[in-house]
Amino acid sequence: MGRLGRITRRSFLVTSVAVAGGVALGVWQAKRELPNPLALDEGEAALNPWVVITSDGYTIVTPRAEMGQGVHTTLAALVAEELEVPWEEIRTIHGPAARAYFNGALLRAAVPWPGYEITGWKEWLADATFVLPKMLGLQVTGGSTSMLDGFDKMRLAGAAARETLKTAAARRWGLEREDVRAENGKVIAPDGRAIPYFDLAVQAADIDPPSDLVLKPRSEWRYLGHAMPRVDMVPKITGRATFGIDVRLPGMKFATVRRNPRLGGRMRDHDPAPALAMPGVEKVIALDDGVVVVADNTWLAMQAARAIPIEWEDSPHPPTTSAQIARLEAAFDAEPDSVMRDDGDAVAAIARAPTEKVIEAEYRVPWLAHATMEPMNATALLEEDVLTIWAPNQAPTLIRAKAAALAGVPEDRVEVHTTYLGGGFGRRAETDFALIAVEAAKALPGVPVQVTWSREEDMTHDFYRPAAMARMKGVVNEDGIAAFYGRVSAPALGRQAGRRLSGIASPGPDRMIVEGMFDQPYGIPDYRVEGYAADLDIPVGFWRSVGNSCNGFFHESFIDELALAAGRDPMELRIELVRRVHEPSARVLEAVAEMSGWGGPKESGVGRGVAFTHSFGTPVAQVIEVGRSGEGIRLLRAWIACDPGIALDPLNVEAQMISGMVYGLSAAIFGEIGFEDGAVIQSNFPDYEALRLPQMPTVEVRILESGRPLGGIGEPGTPPSMPALANAVFDLTGQRIRTLPLGKALSFA
Amino acid sequence: MAYEIRVNGRRHAVDLPGDMPLLWVLRDALGLTGTKYGCGVAACGACTVHVDGEAVRSCQLPLVEAAGHEIVTIEGIGSPEALSLLQEAWLAHQVAQCGYCQPGQIMQAAALLAANPDPSDAEIDAAMAGNLCRCGTYPRIRAAIRSAAGLMKEKG
Repeated sequence: MGRLGRITRRSFLVTSVAVAGGVALGVWQAKRELPNPLALDEGEAALNPWVVITSDGYTIVTPRAEMGQGVHTTLAALVAEELEVPWEEIRTIHGPAARAYFNGALLRAAVPWPGYEITGWKEWLADATFVLPKMLGLQVTGGSTSMLDGFDKMRLAGAAARETLKTAAARRWGLEREDVRAENGKVIAPDGRAIPYFDLAVQAADIDPPSDLVLKPRSEWRYLGHAMPRVDMVPKITGRATFGIDVRLPGMKFATVRRNPRLGGRMRDHDPAPALAMPGVEKVIALDDGVVVVADNTWLAMQAARAIPIEWEDSPHPPTTSAQIARLEAAFDAEPDSVMRDDGDAVAAIARAPTEKVIEAEYRVPWLAHATMEPMNATALLEEDVLTIWAPNQAPTLIRAKAAALAGVPEDRVEVHTTYLGGGFGRRAETDFALIAVEAAKALPGVPVQVTWSREEDMTHDFYRPAAMARMKGVVNEDGIAAFYGRVSAPALGRQAGRRLSGIASPGPDRMIVEGMFDQPYGIPDYRVEGYAADLDIPVGFWRSVGNSCNGFFHESFIDELALAAGRDPMELRIELVRRVHEPSARVLEAVAEMSGWGGPKESGVGRGVAFTHSFGTPVAQVIEVGRSGEGIRLLRAWIACDPGIALDPLNVEAQMISGMVYGLSAAIFGEIGFEDGAVIQSNFPDYEALRLPQMPTVEVRILESGRPLGGIGEPGTPPSMPALANAVFDLTGQRIRTLPLGKALSFA
Repeated sequence: MAYEIRVNGRRHAVDLPGDMPLLWVLRDALGLTGTKYGCGVAACGACTVHVDGEAVRSCQLPLVEAAGHEIVTIEGIGSPEALSLLQEAWLAHQVAQCGYCQPGQIMQAAALLAANPDPSDAEIDAAMAGNLCRCGTYPRIRAAIRSAAGLMKEKG
């Protein structure tokens, strides 16, 4: 494990340098500085928990999971911009699981207001959500929050380190800090003398950073705001990057897991003999709901796992997709879980409107799997009372806490190494894959065991994107939309995941049922959104853009239906309604209209659709163009306009916008997880397809920058893609498809 | 029984069952982890390697059939210190996101360009259809293949 192993020793050192940054709140736990988790070898100096200086360069601890979203590069750029070091000499590491690396912005999205409305006292309360992640030490990558959390924190870490280095040099020269400057990894005196940072680092580590840190204005940025070469690019294109599945340790055994296909059901009985009879099979470990098979190689472990006769119990959940949908429907008969938007009186407006002006529609979306390219896996080693875990994961402190409890060792005896993630999309914010490796490690003390799931296990034991349905009503008039009344039924993901991950079943309404529906910046006079919590406890999780992935489709398909029923252009009407509430959102719609030549002449045989979603602080508008071909409907072109506040790395923002869109289009055309006999039907890519290169439309992205607050970029590209495609399909075919995936109703080339 | 296989110009004697897929021989026995497991059913392309210059899904190639052939993996076509021309194009276009599928994408594209140094868009589409990328890096993959083809032409 090289560097990571050397830096993250179990004996945590507290250096004298304070953690810079963070919002000061009047709560003791929130103000208290957290210990620096970095323990170093001789000759290395940690200036704070984010900056380590060695003779051969600068290691920046970027404590968010790099799962493709480019977070290491941009977090490193935030530090390097202020530290004044050459980009080529920077390395990044995930760093250990440690409270110091909490994500202060994580719960900001949990406040019950639309993201575009967080100002004034709501800003203050949203900042107060910073306290809880800090107290709990929630080191989580999710909710598209890494930049919101890191923008000041990481720049202050770089500036604090730079100023202590300047102080160290000034003292050596008998000068004041103000007399010297930092440049290109050196401190320089007025007479031109220079000392490299490395020669100052040990001394600097004993100096308290000044409290008057001033961050550079944007006009002086050299790295931020520019396309930086990704720090992970060369290892990833040469096969040298270590993903979880690539961890290799001396004496390591290879294992796999096979669990009850009937979700939530236990294992009644099994016979390990046929597996143990295979040469090279080491052990069969019985779990409550399945087996882990340990062998000399992964392939053998997978063969052996299949050879074990197992009797499974039934699933406690409704066993078929139709029985589950019946639960979604039944939820509408109960009291709503939430009414998070209630402008005017939509119910009365619908009651008094003439029947021909009232539009009604019902929409459905299925369960979805994450299907990360790297199947779930983790490696664990239990030596006496010390547990070490290597895992591609989004939540190392949660893994540490749960693994400690499972292995019966204290938390400070658990070390979690985060590797590169071969895709995360929310799946790796769970802890199950790491805990299964811990089960294996417990059974083979002193032996590192890597547990790799087969693709089939991965797809049939996910925490699925909730299936959901929406019953929509609206009133149209000659101006456009007079009333909008949306009702959404879905499993309460927020409550289930809260209970599972933190042990806290959050009280109050479940925002995730209605996010993407209640919080959109449309100025509609009578506007009401109700959420209904379905009685369905099938394992659900965070799937790129979470509730927005369902509600973006519901909301934006229905806005299109209403606009067309009112005889209005769907783009023009959106711009008009959105402008009443949120100018930056109106501008992204105008941008996408201009880019796509919306309203201009259109080739025959071509359909276009637009959709808009404000999620994770970033408004995104997309136009998708489709045409017909012999093999079915073909995606031709796509345009995306977004406003993340500031484009910290424009090339990466572009990549993430396209990535989010492709993830959504895959779901819109192909994605469906169904159930039979309590088990998931789909098991591998042949029956859970995704967009492939020949199907990829050409895409143009435009980034607008309205300034702070910073929005996310990893998720907001996903929600508008699905309705934009459905609206384009309607434009082309006249067929309004209200149930995803679209591929069930129409064929796609 | 023991088989002898040649990988990236080196000979390895491996004492493993003949029906074991090459993918797992590379990863678990030889420690060449650049070749990835994605699906095990030749549906995603993450395990693509070259066998006598042709792109092959190593999850479907039994060891017994791999023996005696020239196998090249992602580790064999370039290194961080000496990137291949195709990898240079991948770097210039900043293609990778999570990066997990990229070794397979690069091996597939390298085989395409070796057989057809100036592929049309349709030929690129057809050659790359079997390689899945859940991050959606497709536009940059297309661009990188086109610029690598251009560079190859320049170099003659």
